[in-house]
Amino acid sequence: MTSPVIAGAAHGITAAEAGAGPDAAVSGAGPDRATPDRETAWAALSRVFDPELDKPITELGFVSDLRFADDYSVRVELRLPTYFCAPNFAWLMVADARDVLVALPGVGRVDVVLLDHFAAEEINAGVAAAGSFASGFDTDGGDPELAELRATFERKAHVATQERLARALGPHLHSRLTVGEAARIAPAATAAVLRRRERLGLVSGFAICDDRGAPVSEDRLPGWLRFARTVRVSVDGNATLCRGLLETRYGPDTTPVS
Amino acid sequence: MYSKDGQSYYIVDGHTHFWDGSPANQINRYGEGFIKCFYDYHANLSPDEYKWTLEEFERYPEERMIHDLFEAGHDDIAILQSTYLTDWYVNGFNTTEQNGEMAERHPGRFIVNGRFDPRDGEAGLGVLERLHERWQLRGVKLYTAEWKGDSKGWKLSDPWAYRYLQKCQDLGIRNIHVHKGPTVYPMNRDAFDVADVDDAATAFPALNFIVEHVGLPRLDDFCWIATQEPNVYAGLAVAMPFIHSRPRYFAQIIGELLYWLDENRIVFGSDYAIWQPKWLIEKFVDFQIPEDMQGEYGVLTTDIKKKVLGLNAARLYDLKIPGEFEVPEGPGGSGPGIGSGPTVATAPR
Repeated sequence: MTSPVIAGAAHGITAAEAGAGPDAAVSGAGPDRATPDRETAWAALSRVFDPELDKPITELGFVSDLRFADDYSVRVELRLPTYFCAPNFAWLMVADARDVLVALPGVGRVDVVLLDHFAAEEINAGVAAAGSFASGFDTDGGDPELAELRATFERKAHVATQERLARALGPHLHSRLTVGEAARIAPAATAAVLRRRERLGLVSGFAICDDRGAPVSEDRLPGWLRFARTVRVSVDGNATLCRGLLETRYGPDTTPVS
Repeated sequence: MYSKDGQSYYIVDGHTHFWDGSPANQINRYGEGFIKCFYDYHANLSPDEYKWTLEEFERYPEERMIHDLFEAGHDDIAILQSTYLTDWYVNGFNTTEQNGEMAERHPGRFIVNGRFDPRDGEAGLGVLERLHERWQLRGVKLYTAEWKGDSKGWKLSDPWAYRYLQKCQDLGIRNIHVHKGPTVYPMNRDAFDVADVDDAATAFPALNFIVEHVGLPRLDDFCWIATQEPNVYAGLAVAMPFIHSRPRYFAQIIGELLYWLDENRIVFGSDYAIWQPKWLIEKFVDFQIPEDMQGEYGVLTTDIKKKVLGLNAARLYDLKIPGEFEVPEGPGGSGPGIGSGPTVATAPR
């Protein structure tokens, strides 16, 4: 087992991610380094994923504005490809964005505002209110349906990355191939799989495993990979569709922070 | 009919609308947001020369529709789907009556599909009966994410939905088109999740369930269900236009569908007026799976294209097809779909 597993990783944001990873470690080194800035905040937001599209909201162009005030309070505006984008996913992204910003050292008040969406009012108010009593990582607000929805798409993302890994491994792939062996042949694709497993809290020593971490037997492997391909096509296609719709709605310029 | 390179294609456009989304008909911001959302799909995925202004798109005259479908657009028969959305539009977005009156002015061109909403309870069953009596319905279009008061959607597996499906079966309404695609979701209850189709298709094997928009953006979920239920069909509305802007993605969609379902259960739909059948049909007839993907997905034969563009829907609606258009029965170039075979590759959960 080589994948680090963090308690509570079933939520979208792991403790390490919310703490802004290496940046957080640096900023903790001295008092004057604890000042949050746009770059740190952008890096934190890049760890918030659209659960269905399996891509960071920064890469998808969903973050339309990010600004700090003199008192280190931060305001982020999010926008989505359509007025009717799934509000349950919108809720998760707004809540996750809030969580990673709240966790930044030295940050003041955090406002994450969803724009141009039919449920914007309810989502903005709901997430802001949840933040006052929920722990930093309880982005699902204790809603089991939302938690299950998130888990469903985390599992799909895991399956899709495994299919990409299988392609990268080519003839080297077999049902008992270990994560370590896979990492030597296809390091980037293996790392992507391990990131997904970390988010799921899934532990397995095998390069290809099912939702419980068990290896997929040799005779089941072709069927599994065929299934995984359809999942990957679906996930990739969704991202393509949403990028196009966002561009239609807001124009080609989608990143406020370079 | 469309002819190209010595081949003739009989065209059944499985998904068209004659709507009124104009500001005068909008009740609230949801009605405004809905038509604008449609418009974004139209603008994002149409070739430039087929793009309309928002005003043109909100409401278009009957003559324009007839021209776009039958004079310019190659359609032989178009199926008019009803979408009520009466919580958002004063007179509804396009009701069966509005569609039916228009269809009566153009005999032989349209098939008028009705609708039901199980939240209408006992009274709605009578309404469906009268709708059927008046318009001789052969199909309905269901919009499970439609709002009704405090309700933000319903499921095909709800007990009242079963009552309505039973009524459809009793009346001989065999084709159940279900909108399962992008856009409107309620907050915590995902009305566009395709799982409820699975239950209903099992419970009503004599009905055909045409899943419009192939569950996009959940193509994978749709495929597992279609694989296990022989009476589930793929409606290509919304998937078709990717043929222009994202041809490789379109190849993947059609390739996946052919693999899981086979070529007899895929039906064309333009989703007019979001897209126009003319360019969709012309591009589809010219389309081929890119060479580097043919190892995975095979090729699209002329017979497959003929079935998808018209013959499959004609079979569902008992349309008489002139002999010149026919192709041999049974699985052709795509091979048997997984769903047709004795063994099912079950999706691991």
